[in-house]
Amino acid sequence: MMIWLLVAFPALGAALLLTSGRRSDRHGHLVATAASAASFVWGLVLFFRLLARDSGDRTVTESLFTWISTGQGPGSFHVEMSLVFDPLAALFVLLITGVGTLIHVYSIGYMEHDERRRRFFAFLNLFIAAMLVLVLAGDYLVLFLGWEGVGLASYLLIGFWQHKPSAAAAAKKAFVVNRVGDIGMALAIMLMFKEFGTTEIAAVGDSVAGTAASTITVLGLLLLLGACGKSAQVPLQGWLLDAMEGPTPVSALIHAATMVTAGVYLIVRSNAIFDASETARTAVVVVGLVTLIAGAIIGCAKDDIKKALAGSTMSQIGYMMLAAGLGPAGYAFAIFHLVTHGFFKANMFLGAGSVMHAMDDDVNMRHYGALRTALPVTFATFGLGYLAIIGFPGFSGFFSKDKIIEAALAHNVWVGLAAVAGAGITAFYMTRLVTMTFAGQKRWREEVHPHESPRVMTVPLIVLAAASVLGGLLVLSDWITDWLEPVVGHTEHHHVEILGAEWPPIAVSVLVTAVVAAGVALGWFTYGRKPIASETPERVSVLTRAARADLYGDTINEWVAVRPTVTLARGVAWFDQFGLHRAVTGFVTLIGDGAAAMRTWQNGFVRSYALGVFVGALVLTLGLLAVIWR
Amino acid sequence: MIPAPELDYALLSPLLIVAAAALLGVLVEAFCPRGPRFVVQTALATAATVAALVASIVVYAGGDLGLTDEPGRTVVADEAAVITWMMLAIFAILGVALFADRRLDGGLSAFTGRAADRPGSDAEAEALRLRVEHTEIFPLAMFALLGMMLFAASADLLTMFVALEVLSLPLYLLCGIARRRRLLSQEAALKYFVLGAFSSAFFLYGIALAYGYSGSFAIGALGELHDDTELRVAAVALMAVGLLFKVGAVPFHTWTPDVYVGAPTPVTAFMAAGTKAAAFVALMRVLFASTETDWQPMIAVVAVVTMVVGSLLAIAQTDVKRMLAYSSVAHAGFLLTGVLGGSDAASVLFYLATYGLASIGAFAVVMLVRDAGGEATASARWAGLGRENPVLGVSFAIFMLSFAGIPLTGGFVGKLSVFIEAGGAGYGPVVVVGVLVSAVAAFFYVRMITVMFFAEPDGVAVASGAVVTTAVVVLAAVGTVILGIAPGPVLELVQQTGSLIP
Repeated sequence: MMIWLLVAFPALGAALLLTSGRRSDRHGHLVATAASAASFVWGLVLFFRLLARDSGDRTVTESLFTWISTGQGPGSFHVEMSLVFDPLAALFVLLITGVGTLIHVYSIGYMEHDERRRRFFAFLNLFIAAMLVLVLAGDYLVLFLGWEGVGLASYLLIGFWQHKPSAAAAAKKAFVVNRVGDIGMALAIMLMFKEFGTTEIAAVGDSVAGTAASTITVLGLLLLLGACGKSAQVPLQGWLLDAMEGPTPVSALIHAATMVTAGVYLIVRSNAIFDASETARTAVVVVGLVTLIAGAIIGCAKDDIKKALAGSTMSQIGYMMLAAGLGPAGYAFAIFHLVTHGFFKANMFLGAGSVMHAMDDDVNMRHYGALRTALPVTFATFGLGYLAIIGFPGFSGFFSKDKIIEAALAHNVWVGLAAVAGAGITAFYMTRLVTMTFAGQKRWREEVHPHESPRVMTVPLIVLAAASVLGGLLVLSDWITDWLEPVVGHTEHHHVEILGAEWPPIAVSVLVTAVVAAGVALGWFTYGRKPIASETPERVSVLTRAARADLYGDTINEWVAVRPTVTLARGVAWFDQFGLHRAVTGFVTLIGDGAAAMRTWQNGFVRSYALGVFVGALVLTLGLLAVIWR
Repeated sequence: MIPAPELDYALLSPLLIVAAAALLGVLVEAFCPRGPRFVVQTALATAATVAALVASIVVYAGGDLGLTDEPGRTVVADEAAVITWMMLAIFAILGVALFADRRLDGGLSAFTGRAADRPGSDAEAEALRLRVEHTEIFPLAMFALLGMMLFAASADLLTMFVALEVLSLPLYLLCGIARRRRLLSQEAALKYFVLGAFSSAFFLYGIALAYGYSGSFAIGALGELHDDTELRVAAVALMAVGLLFKVGAVPFHTWTPDVYVGAPTPVTAFMAAGTKAAAFVALMRVLFASTETDWQPMIAVVAVVTMVVGSLLAIAQTDVKRMLAYSSVAHAGFLLTGVLGGSDAASVLFYLATYGLASIGAFAVVMLVRDAGGEATASARWAGLGRENPVLGVSFAIFMLSFAGIPLTGGFVGKLSVFIEAGGAGYGPVVVVGVLVSAVAAFFYVRMITVMFFAEPDGVAVASGAVVTTAVVVLAAVGTVILGIAPGPVLELVQQTGSLIP
């Protein structure tokens, strides 16, 4: 099926743009966009080919070449550079290349005045290629290649404006925090090799049955650690808010729609492992739930529009994690929410970019207000995204979030209720964001004159807004669960029981919608009815203060990881200086003295030399004779 | 009546070629006019060494080696001998190139014009003005090469002694005829001669005892069992003294620094590589044949002392040439650890190849780093050399890294194989000392690299015109790296050697 072509287009684009230098400055962005679009078109072709097959025959494996091969028999290690195109990968390919292409188009306008625009597009292409390797990989080691590739692209793009110290620091932070997750990933792969002798995803899944439960649990927890790093889940969430230093299209593509969902993908892809370990699944649920609430709370307090959205991203990925942790009941819904979130969150990030474009790159929402008339297209599309994320009935988010909450309630009432509460908080902070930005009074700075963005930026917004509205169609007549069944297994039907009574799905929907309505109302009465201070108020509640400080995530990191490490490093340096160094210099002095003493033997007199030879001969001969005389 | 010996000319052709070239060189000396003589001699020596290399390869490829069971045979062309011939021929090709380079010192070679002139006299000045030269250096080098080749191929103790003298006498002469610092050179030659004669006497005494013990000069007879154990042990010990002197092991090393420094540098280069190789093969032949003598513990002690003393003294040196001389002593110690196995010459032969290449290259660099007074051997004068002349700097750095035994150079593989050999023979403690000493020794090798690359340039004049010498440097560096990256072919070659007992 020539799956490799999907990766080849953007990889070639990136290589071309990075090597051709200034010559391609004028048309580089078009080349990159064309590469991404070509990949999307090819993805569509492959998708329809897959659709035409029987549902049991929808896994296509292609081996490009043997990557690593060490001998035969036990202890040998083989890794094929294999790509697998199956229903799960197909969805991801379409999401990545589809949203990716729209964001390429948008960036043509957004980055128009940046003199390093070619490089930006090269990195975007590099990201697309790496992300496709990640989702198409048939072997965990190949997946790891893509995993590190997207990490590199993310690093390069967060720090794209490297002249800003804050951007450079944010890139470094993302890189370092991701390393922690990658350790989990790397250890998991090593453990697979040790236990199963292979790292091929399908073969690992088959080997799970005959392996000790504790090993599978460890494997699951290690994979979860990797997923936490990449998907900014607690406790490795700290980098995502800072990552907003990157250009906004990057935030939309990498830090909202695609890369940060790679952790969810990893867990769904490794479903065989998580199916076999209750403990690992519970850990995933806990991580998802904590992040869901934490991200939502952070989103409530940020005045920076991108950081508010970033908090929301954390929270929504928390939903996906939660769903993935529910096991076969939730895998398909995790992916469903992932896809719809990819649409509406990319839409809103690009909308935020459009607003920033209009406001001279000011990100503080307290300087916005009343933009609905100045930016009508942005307002309309953003509004549709807003309705989708809060779960307004009929919009995509309504279906996808509802399914997760339903499954969570069926799994455990308290988990489910926490997820319902999360939906309410989501409605609150999104209402706050929209009213502060588009409604109310003008709080613009003096020299700012907002104007609608050019067509090249608004068209992607319109397309994504349409997808945000219509994404829910995927669940009609259980299409998405059936489609993913070959990969994640049959999605069990769940019954929600609360207080001993079985609740029909419609009742759950009504409950959720009511909570959401309450959240919207609270948001509107807090921010829509009263004038908003154009400076951030200082006298606020403890909770707000904590949320503004990212719930003290950095402080905790500082005390748990950074301080001990620095202290240890200082100690080692001290020991090096006063222990090792002293010992070494002392030893050197000793050797130097010894050498100086020996030099006196070399006095230049032949008679002394001859004496030395004679004594040496005597000792040697007597020594040998002593052996037989003893 | 003495029966005429049956000679296998094809098998001995490398020896015969070198012998013929040496004799022919004497005739050229007598009959060729002065003008073209230097060129003719150079061409003759080069042709002879190349031919010897080709002949050795042909002999090796022809198989049918090691006809040793024939009684009374005095020369043995087994695998070890032929491989050593190849190695010696390569060293000699490089050595002759260094002898022949006349672009270093104002169109004159590194050898004095008329050795008989008193240093500093008017006659010397006149010789310089007339540009007279000693072209005898080439036949002398050929005789030395012949001695080395024969030394490594002796099946009989008397032949070995004759070979020892044939290799030593020309070297004594060559050491004494440096163009610069002539008094130092003459002193070195005299010391080398006196001490060499002294040690030859030990060797000869050992041969006499061996004959007294077994009634035979055959090396193979050293392994026979007779009643007079003391006689046999003393014979082995005294012969070992003579051979350990030649390889420069402590405490028989005292001549090495003085001679290496005093001798003209091309001679030092050739001598360091060639003598060590030939003497080690001879030493292994004698020791390996002494199967009934428990010589390993004593050699282990000598090896440890040699490694330690050589390395420690090298640290204390501030003169590059002298540092290289002590480094050569230390390397003799490392090589001795490879002998402890008692039957396999492969690791020692590989080490000899890497050491020989690197040391010819290193001494060639010494020839090139000059100021108005000739070679500038004080290491302080080498400051910034690497930045002024990257080719020389990088090459010398490669030689230093190889001496230190850093991976990706031949020296690493060599050290690894001798240590494996010693460890396999149960001399773990010797290996531990060897590794520790290697770490200490790395200090002065790396110090040279630091001086060359990280110190401010000091205006060192480098004779850039000497194309031939530079070519030798580059060839040796490339060879050292190849032996480090792809040692496979050479390792396989040296592993073909048998027991070495003729």
